[in-house]
Amino acid sequence: MKQKHLKIFRVVFSLLLLLGITSLFVDFRELIPTAWADRLLFLQFVPSVIQFITVPAVLSAGFIIILVLTALFGRVYCSFICPLGIFQDIVSWISKKAKVIKRYKFRKALNYLRYPVLALVVISLLFGSMFVLNLLDPYSSFGRIFSDIVRPGIIAANNGLASLFEKFDMYFLYRLNLDLVTWKTVFIPAVLVIAVVVLAFYYGRLYCNAICPVGTVLGFLSRFSVFRIRMDKATCTKCGKCAFACKSTCINIKTQEVDNSRCVACYNCIDVCPENSIKYMTGKGSAKAAFKPVAVTTDDSKREFIGKTLVYAVALTGLSEKVFSAETEDRPAGKIKNPKKYPVTPPGSVSIRHFTDRCTACHLCISVCPTKTLQPSFLEYGFTGMSQPHMDYGIEYCNFECTKCGEVCPTGAILPITVEEKKLEQLGKVNFVKTKCIVYTDNTSCGSCSEHCPTQAVKMVPYKDDLTIPETDTDICIGCGACEFACPVKPHTAIFVDGNTVHQVAKAPKVEELKQESSDDFLF
Amino acid sequence: MKRRDFIRNSVGFGVLSSAALSMGNFDRLMAEETDALQLPYDMVAIKGGEAAEMFEKGIASLGGMKQFVKPNQTVVVKPNIGWDSAPERAANTNPLLVAAIVESCKRAGAKAVYVFDNTCAEGVRCYKMSGIEDAVKKAGGTMVSGRTEGYYQEVSLPNAKRLKTARVHELIIKSDVFINVPVLKNHGGSTLSVAMKNMMGVVWDREFWHSNDLHQCIADFTTYRKPDLNVIDAYRVMKRNGPRGVSVADVATMKYQIIGKDIVAIDTAAAKVFGIDPKQVKHIALAEQLGSGTTNIDGLKVNRISMGA
Repeated sequence: MKQKHLKIFRVVFSLLLLLGITSLFVDFRELIPTAWADRLLFLQFVPSVIQFITVPAVLSAGFIIILVLTALFGRVYCSFICPLGIFQDIVSWISKKAKVIKRYKFRKALNYLRYPVLALVVISLLFGSMFVLNLLDPYSSFGRIFSDIVRPGIIAANNGLASLFEKFDMYFLYRLNLDLVTWKTVFIPAVLVIAVVVLAFYYGRLYCNAICPVGTVLGFLSRFSVFRIRMDKATCTKCGKCAFACKSTCINIKTQEVDNSRCVACYNCIDVCPENSIKYMTGKGSAKAAFKPVAVTTDDSKREFIGKTLVYAVALTGLSEKVFSAETEDRPAGKIKNPKKYPVTPPGSVSIRHFTDRCTACHLCISVCPTKTLQPSFLEYGFTGMSQPHMDYGIEYCNFECTKCGEVCPTGAILPITVEEKKLEQLGKVNFVKTKCIVYTDNTSCGSCSEHCPTQAVKMVPYKDDLTIPETDTDICIGCGACEFACPVKPHTAIFVDGNTVHQVAKAPKVEELKQESSDDFLF
Repeated sequence: MKRRDFIRNSVGFGVLSSAALSMGNFDRLMAEETDALQLPYDMVAIKGGEAAEMFEKGIASLGGMKQFVKPNQTVVVKPNIGWDSAPERAANTNPLLVAAIVESCKRAGAKAVYVFDNTCAEGVRCYKMSGIEDAVKKAGGTMVSGRTEGYYQEVSLPNAKRLKTARVHELIIKSDVFINVPVLKNHGGSTLSVAMKNMMGVVWDREFWHSNDLHQCIADFTTYRKPDLNVIDAYRVMKRNGPRGVSVADVATMKYQIIGKDIVAIDTAAAKVFGIDPKQVKHIALAEQLGSGTTNIDGLKVNRISMGA
């Protein structure tokens, strides 16, 4: 392959991968088999590292391949693999087509930003918190944007289209309930998508070189990679086309040097060079060359950007939750809060600790959850666990036959389990508050909780005047939340599931044979 | 016009026009009441055969499906598809019966036969696991989503005691013929789930029913649109742990079916078939008080067909 062809190879490869990863996150009809998640996300850096620590295996060794590739060719992860990087490239491309960015110009590395950010990530990890890493990991950020913001948009479009077809009695598309969107769960990806889009629109790959911790880490290595993008000073005419094309603003045309710690290996420079002077070369010159002081350019638009971000963030918090959330009918009993101690983590997540220590909040499990029981958390895991998913039984309950979240989780926070295991994995225990129950307060029938219970851990037993009332058996309860979801006492239900800090194994429900009676009579 | 403005305007227009379209008026053009219909029997009970055969015999003895479905009419069939469990578990209506009904409607000249349920478990899985989606598609019917809020429209029930309004699936509102196909089973909350209880699956806001005297609301809903035909599936009957059931051990094989127009009478008969006193199922008497039918099945003309050995 001639080096001139590298760019087209990069563009085709990255767009195909992006298409695959995006489909995973927005597939609202369950068309993509979960096995595809492993394949498409194998090379995602941060999830792979965490998965490798949890389950050391070849299938979780994707990050090693990335390290080797970086040592050979520089930050190819950023241009070929990272979905947020590819997404930014699309934004920059649009910006260029719209003639907003006509040309990039060399800018000094923002070391005072990227190193402290990385240090912050490392320090918070040392203190046992995933919070800063989760906020900044590019793959997970991409996931949150597409799961929490783009996906509801696509469902809305689907619904519009479906109602159109239904006018003509065609039902192959069908309308779906829109995913619940509240400011509490959407502000993190919203702030991020605005930041990333604005940065990419005006400054190319600045996010990747000033904030992204993965970019900074791979940047350390790419300085010393075997093949590096360099300029051939003998043939270079200093025409500047490469620097104009450089989204990473890392080509200094005056010194004819490339800052390889910031180069994301997009090959746009190779593509535009009329003299064929800039290309991959093996490292002969000093890697430190790129760090010589150069002319400093100040940048007012950066300030403008920070200002804009603040304005958008404030504007977003102004969106009241009531606009989005469904109406609930309040009963007096429903106003009494329940003594719920722990949040519920998904089946396969072992324990709250196991889960929160490994989850990067990419929200892929939320995207694939067929019932939408999995929702981004707000303060359920505490401030530092914000936006890691939890089981929200106010919205739905965990499907008895489903194990999809564990099948797709790229970090090992949710481990894959079989349906048989899932049916006995106790995520939490049922608690029944009799004094709030409809049967007790109204003396009328209900049974909604027991109706939904897959194991009859909630069973209706005789009460008075032909009425039946729930009775619970925590031994066979698996904490799926069906009872809590179905309870009509809102918003604080008469029956609820309190999470197990460590998941337990429930007993299987007893099965007694039924006496089969047959009659020749018509019975009435 | 700037490109940006163009895009902005066209997106806005698209959203507006689809919103406008979705607000179309779905009110059913009032079809002639089938009450004038003279049927040879008020009710047919069939036992001992396979689900589809029993239905064919039963409907034939009423004069065939053409009594209920006229050429070019639209039909909505509402089975119980509440749970994502296999037919053997008897939590859902027998798919073979649903298919037989769809085919029979098509033969009578129906323009389209729609099938849906507002399922209790996740909708796609219920349609699939119940075997009903496959069976209906093969029979030439159309599955429609029932677990999407957008399909439900508010209707008022002036003659009801508690349930004054309900949000009902648009297919129930606009279809010419409504066939109710419940499965007979035990129910922890409403004692028994048969024809009237099955109607909860055409409503979106059923949480209201549970919190406002369930039996009264079930009875109240019969004052809205009564099914033109009810077919009770009692081939496999869930005798306990209903309505979802825990395992196949909850199921008795009865090979029974009841067909009739009167939803109160047919539920009364079904309670007896199940083996309990109809008085224990409070909504049956409440519906009779509202004038929705009779519990006096001895006064009805019943055709009893025995098949097989």
